Amino acid sequence: MNFWTFFLTHHAEILSTTIDHLVLVLIAMAIAVLIGVPLGMFAVSRPALRAVSLAVANVFQTIPSLALFGFLIPIPFIGGIGKRTAIVALVLYALLPILRNTYVGLTSIDPAVLEAAEAMGMTSTQILWHVRVPLSLSVILAGIRTATVITVGVATIAAAIGAGGLGSFIFRGVALVNNSLLLAGAIPAALLALLADLLLGLLERRLRVT
Amino acid sequence: MTGKTLENQETLIEFSRVTYRLQDPSSRVIVSDTNLSISHGETLVLLGRSGSGKTTLLRLINRMLFPTSGEVFVGGRSTTEWDPIRLRRSIGYVIQDSGLFPHFTVTENVSLVPKLENWGPARIAARVDEILNLVGLDPAQYAKRRPRELSGGQRQRVGVARALAADPSILIMDEPFGALDPVTRAELQQEFRELARRLGKTIVFVTHDLREALFLASRIVLLQEGKIIAIAPPQEFLHLDHPEVKAFATALAVPPGAPA
Repeated sequence: MNFWTFFLTHHAEILSTTIDHLVLVLIAMAIAVLIGVPLGMFAVSRPALRAVSLAVANVFQTIPSLALFGFLIPIPFIGGIGKRTAIVALVLYALLPILRNTYVGLTSIDPAVLEAAEAMGMTSTQILWHVRVPLSLSVILAGIRTATVITVGVATIAAAIGAGGLGSFIFRGVALVNNSLLLAGAIPAALLALLADLLLGLLERRLRVT
Repeated sequence: MTGKTLENQETLIEFSRVTYRLQDPSSRVIVSDTNLSISHGETLVLLGRSGSGKTTLLRLINRMLFPTSGEVFVGGRSTTEWDPIRLRRSIGYVIQDSGLFPHFTVTENVSLVPKLENWGPARIAARVDEILNLVGLDPAQYAKRRPRELSGGQRQRVGVARALAADPSILIMDEPFGALDPVTRAELQQEFRELARRLGKTIVFVTHDLREALFLASRIVLLQEGKIIAIAPPQEFLHLDHPEVKAFATALAVPPGAPA
């Protein structure tokens, strides 16, 4: 059976698994953005927080993904087999690019602009929301874009701990030496990553201030 | 603002025995035991070489910096007693690189302080129109542009407009025309002198360009290594007998050996 006939006969299952995968990525990314962006903002005026949070995020980023899933399984509450553990691991992975880009974006603004803002009598909160954030949106979004592409990829490995998603096709395909099954997972995963990269890249360009 | 307003003071800005040291291990003295009174309506030019302390003196006025010792009074009140936000909103500030907000249009840049001060939209719109005309920019043509769509000279005009928008009685300017080409600079200096006379603002202007100082100032303050070494109106300044005055005058002259 070639891939095309496999795809035609299993398209409903492939589609629903792709949606599962997408949901896994979206949940993880939403949590990672909700943690990473505010953390990056707080880090701007708190050097200790910046050092600690970047170091911790860096450590998670460095641990191989399968090992990170393995580490999480025995941990109570967040661990175990299934989607919840997978989401925790994906969030930890996505955190570094988001946190780092948020911090870098907010702190690499033309000093003359910040000087003028302060001298005009803007409060530091006003400077953050009206100057720093709008001027760093494209850099922050670039971090989210990188994190999303990473998460789409790492989420395929999450199938190893029973989180479902496109990885389940890939793992089954490898185990059964079935190329059609393998491609049914790999092709949609690759397309998702490319699509996410393209769409977020377009948005990033729109938000860029020159 | 409570108590004395800025307007009814004879001396509007006063430095009283002000010293400013860097807050780093070097604790280098940038401004040294300085006294200076700036009167209402004058254009005071702080002249000096790079590192003479002129920008620091300027930044002590709007409390971007605190004196290490001594006090700076604005409108009769020490800057340490002022709420820094209120103080800065009552002082217009123009810097060399304009510091315009790149994500704002000209209108949004100019209307920033009035907005922070909760002016109504109609009043802001009228003021933006008025102030752009004042600095020689046609609102119909420029109001909706972003800073990157302007020339250097136009950006500085917007910078001046933004500083004047909320009608502050004091304007502080840090080499505002320093980065412009000589022709544009001369045009802006000419127009700015007219504007300053018309508006009657108190202006403190930092430059290292003697020609600019002579042209714009009602009084020139010459600084060297954090100290005031001469104060004189422009017509007397070149006659002062001080080596640093002579050094500036010499630099102004055509270099020897240039074709006549």
